[in-house]
Amino acid sequence: MSQNRRADRQAGEVIDRNAPVVFSWEGKNYTGFAGDTIVSALAANGVDIFSRSFKYKRPRGVLSASFHDPNCTVQVDDEPNVRGAHRQVQQGMTISPENVWPSLAVDVRSINQFISRFLSAGFYYKTFMKPQRLWPMYQKILGRFAAGGITSPNAEHGYFDKRYIHVDVCVAGGGPAGIAAAIAAAKAGASVLLVEEEYHIGGHLRYGGASDLQTLAELRREVAALSNIEVLTNAAVTARYDMNWIGVIQRQPDILVNGHQIHERLCKVRANTLIVASGLIERPYVFEGNDLAGIMLSTGVRRLLNLHAVLPGKTAVVFTANADGDACAADLKRAGLHVTIVDARNGENIVRATGGKRIKSVQLGDGKSISCDLLIIAVGWTANVPLLNMAGDRPVYDKDAARFFPTDRLPESVLVAGGLVGDGSTNELIAHGSSIGTNSAARSGFGSVVSIPSLARVQHPELYRSTTHGYVDYSEDVSSKDLFAAKKEGYDSIELVKRYTTVTMGPSQGKLESVNAVAIMAEAHGVSDFNTIGTTVWRPPYVPITLGALGGRGFENTRYSPMQSWHEAHNASPLVAGDWIRPEHYGDPSAEVANVRTNVGLIDVTPLGKLDMRGRDVAKLLNLLYVNKFLKLEVGAVRYGVMCAEDGVVMDDGVTGRLGENHYMMTTTSSGAATVWEWAENWLQTEHPDWEVHIAPVTTAFASINIAGPKSRELLARVVEGVDLSNAAFPYMNVRQGSVAGIADCFMWRIGFTGELSFEIHVPASYGLHVWETLIETGKDLGVGPFGIEAQRIMRLEKGHFIVGQDTDGLTVGFGADLEWCIKLDKDDFVGKPELNWQSQRSNYQRLVGLQPVDPNVVPTEASQLVEGTRSIVGRITSSRFSPTLKRSICLGYVEPRLAVPGTVITCQLPDRSRIQVTVMEGLAHFDPSGSRMKS
Amino acid sequence: MIVVPCPWCGDRNSMEFRAAGESKKRPDVNTATPEQWRTYLYTKSNLADWVTETWYHRAGCRRYFAIERHTVTNEIRTSRLPAAQIRLDESKGS
Repeated sequence: MSQNRRADRQAGEVIDRNAPVVFSWEGKNYTGFAGDTIVSALAANGVDIFSRSFKYKRPRGVLSASFHDPNCTVQVDDEPNVRGAHRQVQQGMTISPENVWPSLAVDVRSINQFISRFLSAGFYYKTFMKPQRLWPMYQKILGRFAAGGITSPNAEHGYFDKRYIHVDVCVAGGGPAGIAAAIAAAKAGASVLLVEEEYHIGGHLRYGGASDLQTLAELRREVAALSNIEVLTNAAVTARYDMNWIGVIQRQPDILVNGHQIHERLCKVRANTLIVASGLIERPYVFEGNDLAGIMLSTGVRRLLNLHAVLPGKTAVVFTANADGDACAADLKRAGLHVTIVDARNGENIVRATGGKRIKSVQLGDGKSISCDLLIIAVGWTANVPLLNMAGDRPVYDKDAARFFPTDRLPESVLVAGGLVGDGSTNELIAHGSSIGTNSAARSGFGSVVSIPSLARVQHPELYRSTTHGYVDYSEDVSSKDLFAAKKEGYDSIELVKRYTTVTMGPSQGKLESVNAVAIMAEAHGVSDFNTIGTTVWRPPYVPITLGALGGRGFENTRYSPMQSWHEAHNASPLVAGDWIRPEHYGDPSAEVANVRTNVGLIDVTPLGKLDMRGRDVAKLLNLLYVNKFLKLEVGAVRYGVMCAEDGVVMDDGVTGRLGENHYMMTTTSSGAATVWEWAENWLQTEHPDWEVHIAPVTTAFASINIAGPKSRELLARVVEGVDLSNAAFPYMNVRQGSVAGIADCFMWRIGFTGELSFEIHVPASYGLHVWETLIETGKDLGVGPFGIEAQRIMRLEKGHFIVGQDTDGLTVGFGADLEWCIKLDKDDFVGKPELNWQSQRSNYQRLVGLQPVDPNVVPTEASQLVEGTRSIVGRITSSRFSPTLKRSICLGYVEPRLAVPGTVITCQLPDRSRIQVTVMEGLAHFDPSGSRMKS
Repeated sequence: MIVVPCPWCGDRNSMEFRAAGESKKRPDVNTATPEQWRTYLYTKSNLADWVTETWYHRAGCRRYFAIERHTVTNEIRTSRLPAAQIRLDESKGS
């Protein structure tokens, strides 16, 4: 059975008969030729059936032999939902039908078609609502019926790419008009991107007669000779957005990324002009049995026969209403088929097709039956208008031509060429495209505008449904009966009918079916003007895009401190913190805490946001941004500050030190560094441009190390030069500059996030590792060791220092976060002042308090709720840890103001619904509330 | 994605910018009523018309500026420095 349906050599065939391709289908090996699609290779071997339909599991074959063929979706190796009538077959492909049970030949679920009256429009909504307790079972059963292939969790990682393209003209559609437009625009001097959905440019000329093929060869020669045309084949314009921001998906381009063949590339195109030359798509006809295998569109047959040399049958009936149907009949006769013409232009009609897996006979309008194994439908065209919709147009139906046409609602930057505008000979289409191309170049300043030759609208009979009912949507198994039923049930808007019946909502998205659906709704309403029914509006994307293509190649930053190599060598457990990778701990966070509390530890705090601020008016800016006062900060002093937003909600915190007369260093939270910089610039640029302040972000210019613990002064003293570290000379909340480990221009401040005596040193980044290693080496006898984020989090919680974003959220007002002490309402102006002023006059916000579980061994999960009775939430836990220092669990949390009284015992509900008791503490600090350690 | 004309860098894709919203005058913090202040914070005029907006060229010159954009067509007809900067420049010039 090797290629027994292969025809003799065809003039325009795209297969390479010298390159056989072996692949498997349903476990059996088949041979096709390079250039075959999956479907054409199988059809050449006599395979008729490619899928089982969505709802009734009816066997389905090839219809349009194009990307949009609704029932030719297959699984290829690990890749589901491959368009089999488009994708070229390749050596070694393992191809299988999707979701058949147990096999394509026998699908037991096809029994559905005999109970179809129970599966009518909206049956999901009607049948599977009650009882609710059966929903999980319904879900399981319906899952078996849902279409789609299988994604394996073990599938090989796919490679994808992205590209930006800037051109004068982007042409969507490589048919004769599109090619001519590209050539004309390029000849005028414009840069052109020509995008074609198929593997070759040419459109319908490819499967036309000798003169079409000759014209196409000339057009291709011209394109190849113009270096300013880039052609993307097997690619589609998926979307058009404002200002001609255009999405193009390129499938399987011959491009390697890191040595891997990429699967898809998403191109983001900015074009001065978009030319829509997407042409016409042939429309199916609605009649009983219209989905049997062996019933094909005329263009589908011509693709199979003329491009892939496949004989689609032996005895054909051609139901034709136009020249393309006639040409198809001629092609079939030439290939040796027996052909009977049923001419719609003479009032002839077809009403019913019968057969088993494939059509056996067709019954005509006059009652006569004709035996056949192939029925060709050529009843008209659907204008391929999605890009016009996306550009704002709402095409209008013309009864005489039996299709939709664009209006003048398009923006100037979008032009339409070819068959969408009207009908014409190949030369007329080329002339039209050419003039559109010339004018698109003129929009970019190349050449001048020419007049556009008109394309006539050729009369065409309106042929949508016969006297019988049949399938409208082949992807979703929606019949004309379903549409009539929906109308009867009161769904009269086409948009509602679409959602109720799912017509045009399948994988082919109505490319073939949408006008038939509109026509049948018009019929159900008894109106003849489709414009009163309206159409559904096409939205992006025009064709499916994989999530891989949208994700593309990753360009996200990953940031490491200069000490990363040391952390890795010492078994640091990595923590992802925004862009940064930070050491969470080095094996035992509790031991790290103990070492800091008794000896001395080092933590890498490089990600801490650092803004270098210089100029006459820095103090004014600080005084505006922070809720506390900064006008009188002495040189050498450091102050903790909190920022609130204009709505009085806590935004960021950190310390700022004054390094010189007009020189300050602000630190922000690690995650807030970028935001605070933009925030400060906003106030400077839009409110106070008269202030002389220059801000430089220096977060990564310095490596930052916090040396914490009772022996930190002793350790730092061994490596510092030019700074007296004594408590008298360098007290708590001060900053000094000097050299550390031989490195000049370091600055260090005495602050105490961990609650210990500590010095935070900032050294030029390139010396970070040197200083870190020197400190580790020098402090061996003092017991120095590294500590990670986790130990720091435990210690700051012991000390009751809150973390913005952990212990505050987007609703945490300044006065609720225990910040009364630093909010200075007597300042003339600062960000958020009015809200904070009003906050101070009311008390209806929750308060941040220290909490300790009554059972010291229970650590409530963070975000556990504090409750009263069974229905009332009165607060929440924001931070909780087991304190190795206090040997008990400790928390921070929010409680209603009436409960924010030391000694109050509140119930806390854990995620497993068990309940514990927690006690409100005096102040936030669980350890060393007076701060004697950090001030020592 | 629209094209935004930055007064310093010229036409750039909007992904380079942060749209900071309608340009508004900040009320006097010491005299504003809660209603005035919250209108400033939360109420957008949301016109289907020409609207003056503040944008920030985040991936470029890092300057804030104002544009007039038509919210229906996305057409942008002016791009200029922030009002406060213009007032300052004018006062220096005079």
